[in-house]
Amino acid sequence: MIAELGLAALWLSAALAVLQMVSGALGLRAGGGAAAAYAIHARPAAVVQAFLATLAFLLLLYAFAITDLSIKLVATNSHSAKPFIYKLTGTWGNHEGSMLLWVAVLAISGGLLAGLERRLPERTMSATLAVQGFVALGFYAFLLLSSNPFERLPVPAVEGSGLNPLLQDIGLAIHPPTLYIGYVGLSVAFSLAMGALLTRQVNPDFAKVLRPWVLGAWVFLTFGITAGSYWAYYELGWGGWWFWDPVENASLMPWLAATALLHSVSVLAARDALRTWTIMLGVLAFSMSMLGTFLVRSGVLTSVHAFAVDPERGTFILVLLGLYIGGALAIFAARASSISEGKRFTATSREGALVFNNVMLSAILAIVLLGTLYPLLTEAFDVRVSVGPPYFNPAGAIFAIPMFMVMAVGPLLRWKDDKPKRIQFELALLAAIAIGVIVLVAVLGDFDVLPVLGLALAAALGVAALLPLRGRKLARVPIATWGMVCAHFGVAVALFGMASESAFTSEKLAAVAPGQTEEVAGWTIRLESVDPVAGPNWTAVEARIAASRGDEEPVMLAPQSRNFWAPSQATSESALVTRWDGQLYAVIGDRAGVDAAGNERWQLRVWWKPFVTFIWYGGLLIALGGTISIAGRLQVDLRQRHAIRRRDEERADLEALNGRVSDNGPLPEPAE
Amino acid sequence: MNRLIYIAPLALFAFFAGLAGYMLTQDKDQAIPSQMVEQPLPDFALPPATDGIPGASRKDFVGGEPRLLNIWASWCLPCIAEAPQLEALRDEGVEIIGIAVRDEPENVADFLARYGNPYTRIGADNISELMIEIGASGVPETYVIDADGNIRYQHIGDIRADTIPVLLEQLERARS
Amino acid sequence: MRVLVLLLAFLSVPVFAQQTMPPAPYAYTQLDDPALEAEATALMETLRCLTCQSQSIADSDAPMAGDMRHQVRARLVAGESPTEIRAWLTRRYGDYVSYQPEVSATTWPLFAIPLALLAIVALVLLRRLGKRRSDAASGAD
Repeated sequence: MIAELGLAALWLSAALAVLQMVSGALGLRAGGGAAAAYAIHARPAAVVQAFLATLAFLLLLYAFAITDLSIKLVATNSHSAKPFIYKLTGTWGNHEGSMLLWVAVLAISGGLLAGLERRLPERTMSATLAVQGFVALGFYAFLLLSSNPFERLPVPAVEGSGLNPLLQDIGLAIHPPTLYIGYVGLSVAFSLAMGALLTRQVNPDFAKVLRPWVLGAWVFLTFGITAGSYWAYYELGWGGWWFWDPVENASLMPWLAATALLHSVSVLAARDALRTWTIMLGVLAFSMSMLGTFLVRSGVLTSVHAFAVDPERGTFILVLLGLYIGGALAIFAARASSISEGKRFTATSREGALVFNNVMLSAILAIVLLGTLYPLLTEAFDVRVSVGPPYFNPAGAIFAIPMFMVMAVGPLLRWKDDKPKRIQFELALLAAIAIGVIVLVAVLGDFDVLPVLGLALAAALGVAALLPLRGRKLARVPIATWGMVCAHFGVAVALFGMASESAFTSEKLAAVAPGQTEEVAGWTIRLESVDPVAGPNWTAVEARIAASRGDEEPVMLAPQSRNFWAPSQATSESALVTRWDGQLYAVIGDRAGVDAAGNERWQLRVWWKPFVTFIWYGGLLIALGGTISIAGRLQVDLRQRHAIRRRDEERADLEALNGRVSDNGPLPEPAE
Repeated sequence: MNRLIYIAPLALFAFFAGLAGYMLTQDKDQAIPSQMVEQPLPDFALPPATDGIPGASRKDFVGGEPRLLNIWASWCLPCIAEAPQLEALRDEGVEIIGIAVRDEPENVADFLARYGNPYTRIGADNISELMIEIGASGVPETYVIDADGNIRYQHIGDIRADTIPVLLEQLERARS
Repeated sequence: MRVLVLLLAFLSVPVFAQQTMPPAPYAYTQLDDPALEAEATALMETLRCLTCQSQSIADSDAPMAGDMRHQVRARLVAGESPTEIRAWLTRRYGDYVSYQPEVSATTWPLFAIPLALLAIVALVLLRRLGKRRSDAASGAD
């Protein structure tokens, strides 16, 4: 029954998406007349759809929880011996389930937008809901026609075939869903941008409606990428946190576009400038999340991150991509010239700095896109090339370094027009910090250029991030400004972690017999024993390692080398010691023969990574900054709504006192 | 001018969509072809992989008729599948020299006893030395080597029944 | 279709349990000279493992990656430079084996496009920011 109910809920949702689309489109076209009568159904259709799609997802979750082996998806991706938590996370650890999660989140966002957003003109809202319905319909079609998660097996399976062991990890419980929520949030930004473009309502009001969605999506993307990076770091067993792998790039590209969009929306909201640019970024951000989905699931590119790939699904996503993005870009090409660029500003102004960084972010995005897709291009001519860190790092840095420099001073500039002279003290201070760090690091040792520049920029940025608070009464600083300060400081922290990790990491590889010790970066590592252990669906060898720094009490570490049997795979479970100034990372490998005394030796890999954790602390700070910013915007928003209501009530009272009957009709749109 | 700028994203997107669509219709070829084809076989000398069969070196490929160099291992499943095809090639009069990759002598002997021995010589490549030298990226792979010791053709993956005529033709071509 | 999925899932993290040979001497052993080892690490991080999906040989437990690490370290000890070792490998496997694309007939757009991008960025910024300043100056009445 579960599967049938879920499927019915999905079909109903799809039908409601059609209603939402048609009704929204009629609302866009009709000034009045018979068609207008149908235009009122778009909002309720979106809200009900949200409940139905959520229900479908919950039903699938339940099927996984009870391991209902009559459902094909459960049988191929779960196993009755799996720990309960991984039974649940297994729901979205596969193609069909993750697509269902995707449409559920899409429907919820559509429902929230339709249910809560009252500031936009009705026509713009209708157009937005029509686009949102169109987008949702494509994904319902995808699920129902080619990836039905509720498909039954003719005969229930006796036992499930398990879940990729790499994915049996708590990282999987949080990383992909947060990314999906981010991607989907960008689809709302896309719908809003298209709605505004179609009705030529690209103005600060629109920007204020768009901003929380972009911010929200961006927070989830930031968090998802941060979590994903940490997951890859401890799960792949080699201490790398970013490989410039196609799948990683697929998540980075929407983030870059969303970051640019976030800043240009702020310019549009505050200054009514950068109108077409904002619309373009709105389309671009969603294109990048669709592109990412395509690259990850179609298997056209080779990735280290295991995904069930299928060219058939790839074709379906490519068709959707063509419809949405091709369509949006065509409308953009036709309409953009009819939208004026907006207010003007000088190069040395807050807008000027934001434009500069927007262009730099877009250039970095272009580099990542080029490097990711280039192997695909040459494969069309039967030549195989690899593009990796030695390409992405320097090519990205060409644009990232000027961006970080402008990012340091941008928030200090005034809107519209400013004199560089006014902030000369700050400029001198930041330059002195950066140069000081470079000199200091150069004295310490011989390091690569990029990490050294990274350390210098991180130090300058860290100070610069706090400068907007200088000379202000802290209690009166707007909450959104605190958000910006926090996020910018987070960038400095993450950059510091990245630069420090690549400059100062120490590595020790050794074949060690139990009882022997090794040294790495001030740590003494003693292999105590190596023993077999067993888990619910795996067996492993577990090393017991005593690690001590200087004269400290030793810490016990237990890295494992695991063999799963359903399905059959091997993984390394790293063991970490976290200190405030870095992490010790230990992995046990294979047997490595016997030593002279006849003791069996094991491959041991140990790294000391100074301040590596700052990468993810920084990521969390950035996400936190975004969250604070949303809270600040919502607070201002609610206060304004409250003030408008009060004003309206007072006016009504006044009119009642004057003995006149109010016949103003509907309430005026709240103007900010 | 402005109009053109607004059309540029659409044009770029159309290019990408075309490329991606084309790539989806293509079979994804995971093989990495060796760049050593049409180059001389690198110098090497490998010890015997198991008792009773001599090891292999570059000079074993020089003189006489063109030969096949077969990279295999007892731990490789497709190698079991191609064993009968190698025997068929031997029965056609082709000399096959094997290179056993990262393999224990007893496992090699066991494999030969179970699936037959088409080889005249088997060299033991315990650290993929020769594999990397000739640009092989996996096991099994088969190379046609002419009588002057030049690599003339590379076959990636296991030999199937329909590969035999291709290899025989390449061997014929390697005579000239 | 499902076969493909299973096959790819298998390829991504294969089990090498059947292979009992010990790894090559330098596969998991660092060089004694820290400077040389640093060169080796830097090089290995930019060489692609041929039997993995998308990993450098420095990040892989595949036996073939271990054997390639052995070649890198052994050749460095023998006095070859990292550039020579990279060239030695690309002569065998083509550009695919190196994560660091060199300018060649097949890879020039990777370098030309960023340069073009730099020009476009400069142009956009000049048009946007350069012009606005004069506009604002003439517009300020």
